[in-house]
Formats: sequence, C-alpha cells, structure tokens
Amino acid sequence: MDNKTAAVKMRNITKTFGSVVANDKVWLDIYRGEILALLGENGSGKTTLMNMLSGIYFPDEGEISIDGKEVVIRSPKDAYDLGIGMVHQHFKLVDVLTATENVVLGLKEKGKLDLKAAAAKIRAICDQYGFEVDPDQKIYDMSVSQKQTVEIIKVLYRGADILILDEPTAVLTPQETDKLFAVLRNMRNDGKAIVIITHKMHEVEELSDRVAILRHGQFIGDMPTKSTNAQEMTNMMVGHAVTLNIDRPEPVDPKPRIEVKNLTVRSIDGVLKLDDVSFTANSGEILGIAGISGCGQKELLEAIAGLQPVESGSICYVEDNGEREELLGKDPLRIAEMGVALSFVPEDRLGMGLVANMDLADNMMLRSFRRGHSFFTDRKSPRKLAEAVVKELDVNTPGISTQVRKLSGGNVQKVLVGREISSAPTVLLTAYAVRGLDINSSYTIYDLINRQKAAGVAVIYVGEDLDVLLELADRILVLCGGKVSGIVEGRGAQKRDVGMMMTRLGGSKADE
Amino acid sequence: MNKQNQGPLVHIVKRGALPWYCAWGIRAAAIVLALLACALVTTLLTGEDPIQIYATMIKGAFGTTRKVWILFQNIAILLCVSLAVTPAFKMRFWNIGGEGQVLIGGLATAACMICLGDKLPNWLLICTMVAASIAAGAIWAVIPAIFKAKWNTNETLFTLMMNYVATQLVAFFVILWEVPKGAGKIGIINQSTEAGWLPQIGDYKYLLNILIVAALTILMYVYLNYSKHGYEIAVVGESERTARYVGIKVEKVIIRTMLLSGAVCGIAGLLLVGGTDHTITTTIANGRGFTAVMVSWLAKFNPIFMIFTSFLLVFLDRGASEISTVFGLNQSFADILTGIILFFIIGCEFFISYKISFRKSARKEGKANV
Repeated sequence: MDNKTAAVKMRNITKTFGSVVANDKVWLDIYRGEILALLGENGSGKTTLMNMLSGIYFPDEGEISIDGKEVVIRSPKDAYDLGIGMVHQHFKLVDVLTATENVVLGLKEKGKLDLKAAAAKIRAICDQYGFEVDPDQKIYDMSVSQKQTVEIIKVLYRGADILILDEPTAVLTPQETDKLFAVLRNMRNDGKAIVIITHKMHEVEELSDRVAILRHGQFIGDMPTKSTNAQEMTNMMVGHAVTLNIDRPEPVDPKPRIEVKNLTVRSIDGVLKLDDVSFTANSGEILGIAGISGCGQKELLEAIAGLQPVESGSICYVEDNGEREELLGKDPLRIAEMGVALSFVPEDRLGMGLVANMDLADNMMLRSFRRGHSFFTDRKSPRKLAEAVVKELDVNTPGISTQVRKLSGGNVQKVLVGREISSAPTVLLTAYAVRGLDINSSYTIYDLINRQKAAGVAVIYVGEDLDVLLELADRILVLCGGKVSGIVEGRGAQKRDVGMMMTRLGGSKADE
Repeated sequence: MNKQNQGPLVHIVKRGALPWYCAWGIRAAAIVLALLACALVTTLLTGEDPIQIYATMIKGAFGTTRKVWILFQNIAILLCVSLAVTPAFKMRFWNIGGEGQVLIGGLATAACMICLGDKLPNWLLICTMVAASIAAGAIWAVIPAIFKAKWNTNETLFTLMMNYVATQLVAFFVILWEVPKGAGKIGIINQSTEAGWLPQIGDYKYLLNILIVAALTILMYVYLNYSKHGYEIAVVGESERTARYVGIKVEKVIIRTMLLSGAVCGIAGLLLVGGTDHTITTTIANGRGFTAVMVSWLAKFNPIFMIFTSFLLVFLDRGASEISTVFGLNQSFADILTGIILFFIIGCEFFISYKISFRKSARKEGKANV
C-alpha cells in the first residue's frame, strides 16, 4: 500500500466564480487500486474540483499532474486522453438510442462505424467487471440503475482508468447499490483509481479505502477509512461536533388527518401511475413513503396537493372536529381557500417550489402574495419572513436580495422548507427533502420535520435513503409499481424487508 | 516546455456582480468603440469625414425645434408599443404582433372618425374612439392568447400571422373609404370639422401624445413591479410549474396579460391616427411592433430604461435618414451604421457578465524554474 505512486496529483488548485471561491488552494492525491471518497458539505467544492479534473472547468491557478507528469486539461477530450472519466449526477444519454449507440456517440474512431464490434467490446467490459446491461437495449426502456451502468461503461469504453462518480447512489435502491459497489470493487482490484462523491456515511465506511475532506473550498485532510469513523469525518466536514442520531419522539395524540381511498392515477400517456392506493396519514405522525424512484411517489403527493388529475378514488381531509372535506378535483388555490393548511415541499425545488431567478424575499411571497384586498403586493412581510428564515434556519446567503439560484442546494432547501412551514400547516408533504443535501443540512431538515410532527402536523415524507426512513418515520408505506406493497411500523422494521417490498409486491412473503 | 503543458490561450470566466459604474463604463466604452468602427467604415466606403457625418446625425435629430418635437413624438409612439409588448415578454409570451395590434387599434379609431364623425358630439366621439381602439387592440392580441392557453399553440407564429391579417384588413378599408374615389388612400379625415382629432395642448401638436405615454410608462412600471398581477406575470414567465404549484391560473394570466398588451397597442394606434396623422395607411405602424421588441429587450423589460433605449433607436433612425439625404448616400448606408452601433451595444452585455482571461505566460515560466 505504501509504495504506490499517485495517479493524480492536484496542487494548489484555486477556482473562483465571480466573488465566490469554490476551491481555495486544494491539494489532492488519487491513487490507483484505491477507492477514494471525497467528502464535504454542499458548496464545499467537491464537484467543482472534479469538474476541473474532467476538463469541464479550467482552474484559475494550480497544477495537475498525472503519473508524475504535469498536464493541462482544457476540455473533456483532454481528460479522456489522459484516462480520466466522470459519471455525472445527471445522466447525459440519448433516450431513443441503444446503449451501444450512446457509448460510441462522439467518439472519433477511424474507419467505418462498426456497432457490432462496439457491442462486443461492451459485452467484454460487462463480463470483466460484472455489469448487467444489454448493449442493444434502448435507453428509454432502462431503469435508472441500468442507465447509470451505461454511463460507467461509456467512460470505461474510452479507456478511462481514473473514474469519478458524482453521487452515484442517490438514485439507486439498496440492492442496486450493493451491485454497483461490487462492480466498483472489481474495478479497484483491476488497478483503476476511483473517486466517489457521496453524502452517505455508511457507504463511505463500507466502500472506500481512503477519504479526503473538503470544507468551504479548502482541503481539510485525508486518511485511511479504517482509521476513522463517521463521527470524526462528519466533524471534519462541518468544522465542529455534531450528533448523528435522528430523533423519533412518540406521536402525541395521533388522529386521522388525510384519508386516501382507492386512488388511481394515470399519466397523460395513459400509463397507470397509482393503482388503488389507500392509506391514512395521522396528525402528529411522520408517514414515510418508500419505493424505487418513479413508483408513483410524485403522483401521490401531487394528487394530494391538487396538482395531479386523478382517475378515481378519494382524498379526504379530516378536521380536528371530525368534519371531512374532499380534496379531489380542487386546485391548490381552492384547497387553501377551504382553510386546509397544506404545505408541499416538492422534489423539483427550483423548477416547482421556488422561482430560481427571484430573490429570497420574492420567493417568500409565492404563497402569500394574494393576501389582502389591495391591488398591490405587500413587500414588507415577505422581507421580514425571509429575514426570519435566514436567521432561524441559518441560511448561508449574502442577503435576502440574492437570487435563490445562486444558493447551494442545502440553502435552497432551507428557504423552501422555511417558507412552507411558516404558514403553520396541518399537513406537510415532502418529496426527497434531503436529496443532495450534506449531513449538517439534512439534520437541520430532519429536526424541522420533527418539530412539525411535535406540533401535531401530519407529515408525509417521501424518502430515498432507507436508513433515514427507518430512523425517522413512525410508519412506512412501501410503494411498488404504483401499488401499496405494504405498510410497516417504523420502529423495528428491517431494512432488508422494506427493500424486498420495494422490488416485489408484498416483499419477502412472495419471495420465500 | 511542450505544447501539452500550456493552458488555453483565452478562457471565459463568469464575473460576480459588477458595481453599477463599471457596468455603465463598459457600456460607454462600447458606444465609443461603435462610433470609431462606424467612422472607419464611413471613411473606407464613402471617403466622407466621419466627424461631419456624426454632426449631421445630431443635427438631423436635434437641428431645429420641429425636429426635436418629431424626435420626441417618435420616441413616444415607439415607447408606447414597447410598453405594450413588455408584460407579454416578461411572461415569456413572445408577442411579435405589436404591429398588427397597433394597426387594428388605428383602424378602429379611423372607423369611428369616418362613420360617426358627424353624428356624435366631439367629446363623445373621442370617448368612443378610445374605447374602440383599446377593444380592437385587445381582441387582436387575445386571440393568439386564447389559443396558447387552451391548446398551447405557438404564440410567435400566431401573433406574426395576425400582423398580415391586420395589414390586409386595413388595405381593404382604405379602398372602401378612399377619398377621392380611385385615389387609393384616405387622406386627412374630417379635415374641415376636425371631428375626432385629439385635442392639442397649446401650440404643441405632439405634447398630448408625449404626456400620455409618459403617464403610461409610470403606470406600467408600477404595474409590473408592485402589483399582484405583475408578480403573477413574473412567476408565470419564470416557471409555469411553480405558478401552478402556488395556485396561479396560468391560462387566466396569459389571457389577461395579452388583453393588456393589445390594449396598450390599441392606444398607440389611437395616438397615431387620432393624435397626429389623422389618416390611416397600411404602413402607419412603420415597423414599430418589431422595433419595440428590441427596445424592450435592451432595457431588460424595465419601462424606465425603455425611455433610453427607445431614445437611442429613434435617434439613430432620425440621424441615419438625415445623413442619407445630406450626403446623398443610400438609405442602406444609414442602416449599416445603425447595425454596427447596435452590435456593439448588445455585444457589450457579454463583457458585463463574463471576463476573458488570457494565459499568464509569466506564471508558467516562474513555475518551470522551480
């Protein structure tokens, strides 16, 4: 282990965007035959650093050397020529083409295009590392994990032996994650250098050989994974000690709040998205929703929020005094006018929950701008609310007149959640509330959700990290292909069982 | 040091927010550069003295009191049309049908003047003209809006096509109402009675138009920036999904905003026909529906800035036509100069958002010695 030479040496790398210093004299070594986990909070400059290695950005200052030779990476092509390949968080594939066609796309090989030979080469790569993908399958037919596999193969096909993966497990089920990790270990044993960016501590501990930590664009330190632990790594990332336990207080006086009965939803193309879904969400309780992405979670929340046309079924809001009101067929405005205080933190924060080009204060107005009979908007109270949210949730922003698109992911989410809970809701719907958020921001969000629960709000929490769902939710509803696969108690539920229910209706019962 | 080891010669870096004086400094530099480029082109192509050309341009715009009034009248009408299309643009609804909406507003005004000129008292006639022009412009604009809201048709093509329909309608009525028969034009309407002519303030023929548009500018600024409607327009423009998420009825906002957009275009038609020209032709809008697009964009949809951008465009246009007559140059030459100046003005926005870094050779050499 000790006599390995660094495949990549990054020295004194600095990159600024306007007045924002994304990377400040960063040093980083990447070794072959090793999996390096790059850790850091949102906005700490991990992705920027890796983008400079893969030729997307060009550093303002600093040197990069590959195998001891100083190099300059001007474009992704330069990076490929040096054997560096990056798998981005958002896939860059053409849907209507096959895996093979996507892999060879953009390659400038001499001679005629030979798809058969390319497919054979892809199969060879698959056999070597244990990928499961059909080179002739179209991308639109593929699951998220298969698409990711194609992205990885694309990089390997180009001869990369330094691989960078940006949050590869964010979209995968536990089973798919295990498969990916097996493949990554195979590649490591084959002598490739692998860098993985992730926020999930248990994955870091399970997979990586070494960790490197960035904070506020600066390099904090690196060490072998074996000689550290989640607590220490988190402290280094955040800069001070944090507790890593998620509270789960007992629900106080739970009463039915939202009753969903036989809900069936079809997409515009006529695809069945939700099939006969029934459940009850109680006040003072967190109902977790688990499922592979695209199993109807989005449609379920949007149907409750009045944004999704429904084929049949009913969604009833039950008031404290037992009065019931049907929410179906009403738009968000009508629901609010009925006096139902429903808050919704959608998955697409900047495309749906907020207006990216408006500042914090104007975004606070989105829910409340109609208030009052004046023809004009009230600009004062949103400013006050924005200031309060910035202060209470510790939003890192130059001011409340900053456009939200300029904030990092965690801060965007704090602004959105802060606005949604400011209206004292009785129902809080959240979709992937901590997706892409660092540990510190995630725990802030869990804490906010728990406070809402303590205040008697019925929380519906759609999550992707099963570990978190198992720790946070009082009950977990598992969706599988738009059907309810089962509802389990959060306390004492086993990760393996829930994982099974996600992939097969009824889970282990059908399996064994 | 081998070639591989050199960084790219130039690379583009995004700037942070520039202080306002830097941004305006860049813009001023762009105008100076544009004038230099124009001077060079002028000398090379025509051999004329560029200083004289510029002096003539300024004389063409400001030379006499009459010319100054015409300049301001033209600014007022262009600004009026620009104000009209701005709310639509802010909503990302590409209304390039301003031309047709102005024409139809003017046609409605002319129709009132011709058909009701001797039947109604003058004050009532003018009220009817105002109502008719606003309604006509609004209807012309709301048709594409309804199609967009209900069936998501392409508003750019639709509004563009509506321009041609409007032009043909005007052509038809010009023949119907032509005076004298066979002249192919209407001539001055109600020349003897002046029925339906908008009142003149003192001796200043254009003052009323200018005042009306000044008031409209302030109203539009307040509407877009401080009203609930203005906020809804901004949200719909930025993200329709966000608008639906907070319960804004996107279809309603599209239709309402286009009604407003068309109504203001109708007012521009009223000012042209009832206020200054007292006649109607198919070319009365004179391309302002399209120039307004540029005015609005250059000012980043801010009605106050639009005063300056419309001034700039009208000044260039007036100056350019002056040099083509004085120096006996082709009108196209004036267009070339206008094009060069606009190119620099629009291009300088790039340098406000980005800066260009050149490779620092000194740094590289310094490192090589280590």
